[in-house]
Amino acid sequence: MEFNPNSGFMYVLVAIVIAFVILESVVFLVKAWRRGKELGMDMKLLKKTVGSSAVFTVAPAVAILLGVIALSKALGFPLPWLRLSVIGSLTYETTAAASAASAVGVTLSQEITDATAFSTIVWVMTLGIVPGLILVPVFGKKIENGIVKIKTKDHRWGEIFIAGLFLGMISAFLGVVFAHVSEGLDGWIPVFVMLSSAVIMLLCALFQKLTKARWIADYALPISLLGGMALSIPITTLVHSIAG
Amino acid sequence: MKQETTLSYRDSVHHMGRIWMAFALAMMLAVPLCICLFYDAWPDPAGLLKGFFSVAPIFWTVGVIEVFTYVPMLGTGGSYLGFVTGNLSNLKVPCALNAMERANVHASTEEGEVISTIAIATSAIVTTVIIALGVLLLAQIEPFLESEIMQPAFDNILPALFGALAVVYVSKNWKIAVTPLVFMIALFVLVPSLASSVGVLVPVGALIAIGVARILYKKGLL
Repeated sequence: MEFNPNSGFMYVLVAIVIAFVILESVVFLVKAWRRGKELGMDMKLLKKTVGSSAVFTVAPAVAILLGVIALSKALGFPLPWLRLSVIGSLTYETTAAASAASAVGVTLSQEITDATAFSTIVWVMTLGIVPGLILVPVFGKKIENGIVKIKTKDHRWGEIFIAGLFLGMISAFLGVVFAHVSEGLDGWIPVFVMLSSAVIMLLCALFQKLTKARWIADYALPISLLGGMALSIPITTLVHSIAG
Repeated sequence: MKQETTLSYRDSVHHMGRIWMAFALAMMLAVPLCICLFYDAWPDPAGLLKGFFSVAPIFWTVGVIEVFTYVPMLGTGGSYLGFVTGNLSNLKVPCALNAMERANVHASTEEGEVISTIAIATSAIVTTVIIALGVLLLAQIEPFLESEIMQPAFDNILPALFGALAVVYVSKNWKIAVTPLVFMIALFVLVPSLASSVGVLVPVGALIAIGVARILYKKGLL
């Protein structure tokens, strides 16, 4: 069988796995929804959660789509499509594919037509991402019990502990924004974008207070994300014109 | 009584999650296996080992770290679903955090669990649909997505995302946030090459934040 990364066979494989993941998402969604109803949660709140999560997802999902397009030049569409819809992440897949390709002596700049090279790359990408799938079922419950223990002992400290985890993650990702500042004004672009998005978030909070419109608060994150991304275009142009 | 129902709901999610996870793992491994069988192309062992050892040390470490940091944030259902559908730090975790914040519920309560799972499930479905539509309509949208003008927007998605998220969390907990933030900014300014291993630094930030929080809490400053 002649190998082609865009073959019908590859599409069928990918379609099966993606259908599985959609089914899993729907099953979990229904289960959580029913539980929310049982707990007497406001149905409007659950609907709003669906709406705002869907809107928020659009921009990051388009960025993920760009990752699929970038990888498709070497690996065809089906494989990147699969890996970026399931388990993988934008940062991981690109790096993993590039490392695996260089290990078998090919580059990602042209389509991989050698089946052996392709299968090696697929195996490396798969094995590299296995830990999450094994560790969540094995340790997930223990980790949760640990958190429950902390909270039972001292409820307030339990809340602070979780806030600490959030802040640890946020500070690491905010720190990265400053990674290129030593390269000159160009390196400050991400910092300016971060600040503009933060300002939009503050403006949303202000407008929400003034107008009492709940929807502003619900969509503040996607509004700020898209606003920050949109402003990055004039910011980049401006910085380039100043830096020459 | 409430305690009992809480436990049994969580237990049922764990049970369901483990079954789905086992299937997901089997399917993930079945994909390369099917490719090998169908094309009769088995990986070159030397290349496989070399590739694996260039990927595994960093990504297995990040994988382990992600489990220990994100499971408490996402709750039971959210974790099982989040780890199968991927794109955690750039999409699922911010999405769930934002949804819980808006609904005014806390992670690790059952209401938080419900909201986080709904947010992650919605996000997973929307992502899958967008990627599918994108691939199908590629010819129409590629010129727009890959135009030079649009590049800064996609290059700066993470700064735009975390800038907005920070406003919410840092303003609410600024006493805890200052130290890890200053530490991380200083670290990345001094050692820019660490940018590629930001996943490993998440628990470092978390340990600093929790350490500072513990001191402030003990002193009654929180």
